[in-house]
Amino acid sequence: MNRYPLWKNLLIAFVLLLGAIYAAPNLFGEIPAVQITPARAGAPFDPYALAARLEPKLSEAGLAHQGFLYDPGALRIRFADTETQIQAKDLIESELNPDPAKPEVIVALNLLPGTPEWLARLGAKPMYLGLDLRGGVHFLLEVDMEGAVTKRLDAIAADLRSLMRSERVRHQGISRSGKLIEARFADEPSAEAARRIITRNMPDLVVDILPQGEAVRLVARLTPAAEQTIREYALKQNITTLHNRINELGVAEPVIQQQGAERIVVQLPGVQDVAKAKDILGRTATLEVRLVDDTPGALEEALAGRIPPGTELLYERNGRPILVKKDVVLTGERLTDAQPGFDGQTGEPAVHLTLDSAGSRIFRDVTRENVGKRMAILLIERGQAEVVTAPVIRTEISGGRVQISGAMTVEEARDIALLLRAGSLAAPMRIVEERTVGPSLGKENIERGVTATLWGFVVIAVFIISYYQLIGFYSVVALAANLMLLVALLSLLQATLTLPGIAAMALTLGMAIDANVLINERIREELRAGVSPQMAIATGYERAFATILDSNVTTLIAGLALLVFGSGPVRGFAVVHCLGILSSMFSAILVSRMLVNFTYGGKKRIAHLSIG
Amino acid sequence: MEWFRPRQDIPFMRHALWFNAVSIVTFMAAVLFLVLRGLNLSIEFTGGTLVEVRASQTVSPEVVRTTLAQAGLREAQVQNFGSARDLLIRLPHLGDGESAQASERVQALLAQVPEVDFEVRRVEFVGPQVGKELATNGLMALAFVILGIVAYLAMRFEWRFAVSAIVANLHDVVIILGVFAAFQLEFSLSVLAAVLAVLGYSVNETVIIFDRVREVFRKRRAKMDTPAVLDHAITATMSRTIITHASTLAMVVTILLFGGETLRNFALALTIGIVFGIYSSIFVSSALVMWFGVRREDLVKPPKQKEEAVV
Repeated sequence: MNRYPLWKNLLIAFVLLLGAIYAAPNLFGEIPAVQITPARAGAPFDPYALAARLEPKLSEAGLAHQGFLYDPGALRIRFADTETQIQAKDLIESELNPDPAKPEVIVALNLLPGTPEWLARLGAKPMYLGLDLRGGVHFLLEVDMEGAVTKRLDAIAADLRSLMRSERVRHQGISRSGKLIEARFADEPSAEAARRIITRNMPDLVVDILPQGEAVRLVARLTPAAEQTIREYALKQNITTLHNRINELGVAEPVIQQQGAERIVVQLPGVQDVAKAKDILGRTATLEVRLVDDTPGALEEALAGRIPPGTELLYERNGRPILVKKDVVLTGERLTDAQPGFDGQTGEPAVHLTLDSAGSRIFRDVTRENVGKRMAILLIERGQAEVVTAPVIRTEISGGRVQISGAMTVEEARDIALLLRAGSLAAPMRIVEERTVGPSLGKENIERGVTATLWGFVVIAVFIISYYQLIGFYSVVALAANLMLLVALLSLLQATLTLPGIAAMALTLGMAIDANVLINERIREELRAGVSPQMAIATGYERAFATILDSNVTTLIAGLALLVFGSGPVRGFAVVHCLGILSSMFSAILVSRMLVNFTYGGKKRIAHLSIG
Repeated sequence: MEWFRPRQDIPFMRHALWFNAVSIVTFMAAVLFLVLRGLNLSIEFTGGTLVEVRASQTVSPEVVRTTLAQAGLREAQVQNFGSARDLLIRLPHLGDGESAQASERVQALLAQVPEVDFEVRRVEFVGPQVGKELATNGLMALAFVILGIVAYLAMRFEWRFAVSAIVANLHDVVIILGVFAAFQLEFSLSVLAAVLAVLGYSVNETVIIFDRVREVFRKRRAKMDTPAVLDHAITATMSRTIITHASTLAMVVTILLFGGETLRNFALALTIGIVFGIYSSIFVSSALVMWFGVRREDLVKPPKQKEEAVV
């Protein structure tokens, strides 16, 4: 009696071992590191070459490092202490970015988990700390969807005007009012003609014709599906733009996520300069198309300092100088989409651009007049222009579909498309929530949370052991196992641990002991009723189980409600609370029972059950 | 060690009326405070800006308040937060466009305070729309918990038990809110989380007593009326109640003592909730069950009588 079968003991031991492995990384703390990432998505980046280049420089300066970590998009260098880390960062910065105005890579300070290699290889990571514990900024941005839709409608109205002109339909004015586009016509036939043209060319619009006295009014509105697409596109594009901008901030692990239909969460751990972060988030970038001045000798003149009038000396992304005319052919406002793809004839990777109709006309005229010349596509941010690509115009391009191809990889095509799309925000955004936590407060929060949890644990342990003696000691071991399993679960799931989360951990421990108290009281009661000790243990566990289940379900209901409806800090609380309830069911019942079984199980007679 | 070993069942139910009178008085007082003073809602619900700063030396909140007021931020509330050097500055929502910049404005103004340097430790800004959503979500969560628990208990026991349990525990919630209103303590999202956690937790207590009630009803066929069964159930679970709550309370009090200013109100709500949770589970919910007239037959399904065919 009171013996678990071998498989059950092994299973419990196995779970505890797993718990120990996955909880372990939290004991190793963090190692200061310097992180190097490319300044622009898609720029060539070879971490191995970079490491080889930096290695001698670092040893020359007497800065001992603790190894390089290579990722496809990042190089991380570990250091023994923060002082070396900061010196190394300055050195690397001046080595790799000789011109601070035109950075080639982003050099950021970072803290890497000090998890030993063999643990890391098992996928064990320390818990993911929330911003309130490590310091940083959290923004909730709301995209102005109405703005996105009206902006699009304005563009459609402009398209309509030029469409009517090219189809020779006479109208008395086309304008947008609210979410409608209104066109006035002198008579019914021209309105009907306009309707046919719109239905043929603009499937996104629903058209109604309303006679109005002598004149006829045509009202067009977006189909719900089209409007939905605009909203989704606006959100997606804003997120892409934010990614690119935040990249510049040199944040080690930024989080940029969609929340709901029109909000974006941005979390920047470790960022202190909130004003700068806000500035960068809210900035607008523009796209321009200009012609390249390929007059023989002009570039050499410009490089020598004599820039021909009406031109500007710029650099391509690979650093090659290029002479671009100052006249702007097109701006990004005329671009409606940019997608990566392949050239229809050669099969080479390409970027497909879509222009609105006014843009298409300009583009057709310009390309017709400049076949054989080069055209530059520029991205301008903070007054800094960069040539994204400068292809040769092969033929006249009409219809508003433009393809950029030649000498690019699939990845480059994707990045260029992204850059072009991300050049400007699709719709204005505003900050609706902000939380900033300084690093000192974060550290204090961790200390306080851990102190409270540990002291609480000690108080409970002393109390329970003195009250229930050996069985009480087993209850406390079960409670410690619960703490370990909870930490392991949180580390494994990489759920964000916040200060309320630590509080939840403490609270859950305080509540989890309830299960063992229930069991122990039940055993005592059975003993009092004159049942033999062996029997008392068995019935005690058995009877208490239903009660433990019931009471945990109600607690879980509250936890789930917080998980579903909570946000931010409350969600952090709820995650830990719910997981803690689940892990406590395992440890309080199975782990303590296993220990009790080892001690008392199998004995014929128990003279005294150590339960106080 | 064994602290509670009553030889006889304690006649709790005989005094049920008295205990409930105490309950009702406390409840009414809480409601009164809620109506008269209202909750001091944090900016998370109302929208606004909060800036926590640490000064390089002791600085009176009054000085900071005047500095801010002179610059036009007349509605700024400034108070000490934990120590004489830590200050908490609260600003109500200032209208669109301005609010997002409020924290920068405060920082610029603080720089003008002579001889003191300020380190910004925390900034929270919540737009009014988000605040409204958080408040709505909070109420939704409360409703979800109430319905969920009632449904579960009704399924596991019987509807009268479910109603008794939820009434007793909502009364705890009102009392926590009453204390927060009476002392004008800040009611934030984490306090709300604490309230809901307490709700789930003190229902446990009720569940454990009810479990015992059902067990006694099932086991003892002998004539034992409902009050006697309730008394027996409460007495039998008494020891567990005290030990468990003492443990949980120990944990919560350590959070209160060591958890820092940020967790103070959270821990306070838990402490009040746990203390009143014991009281209401034992006295209020059990008494309600008694007054609702629960009988043995409501919990123990009579075994189906076999119909034997007569040949």
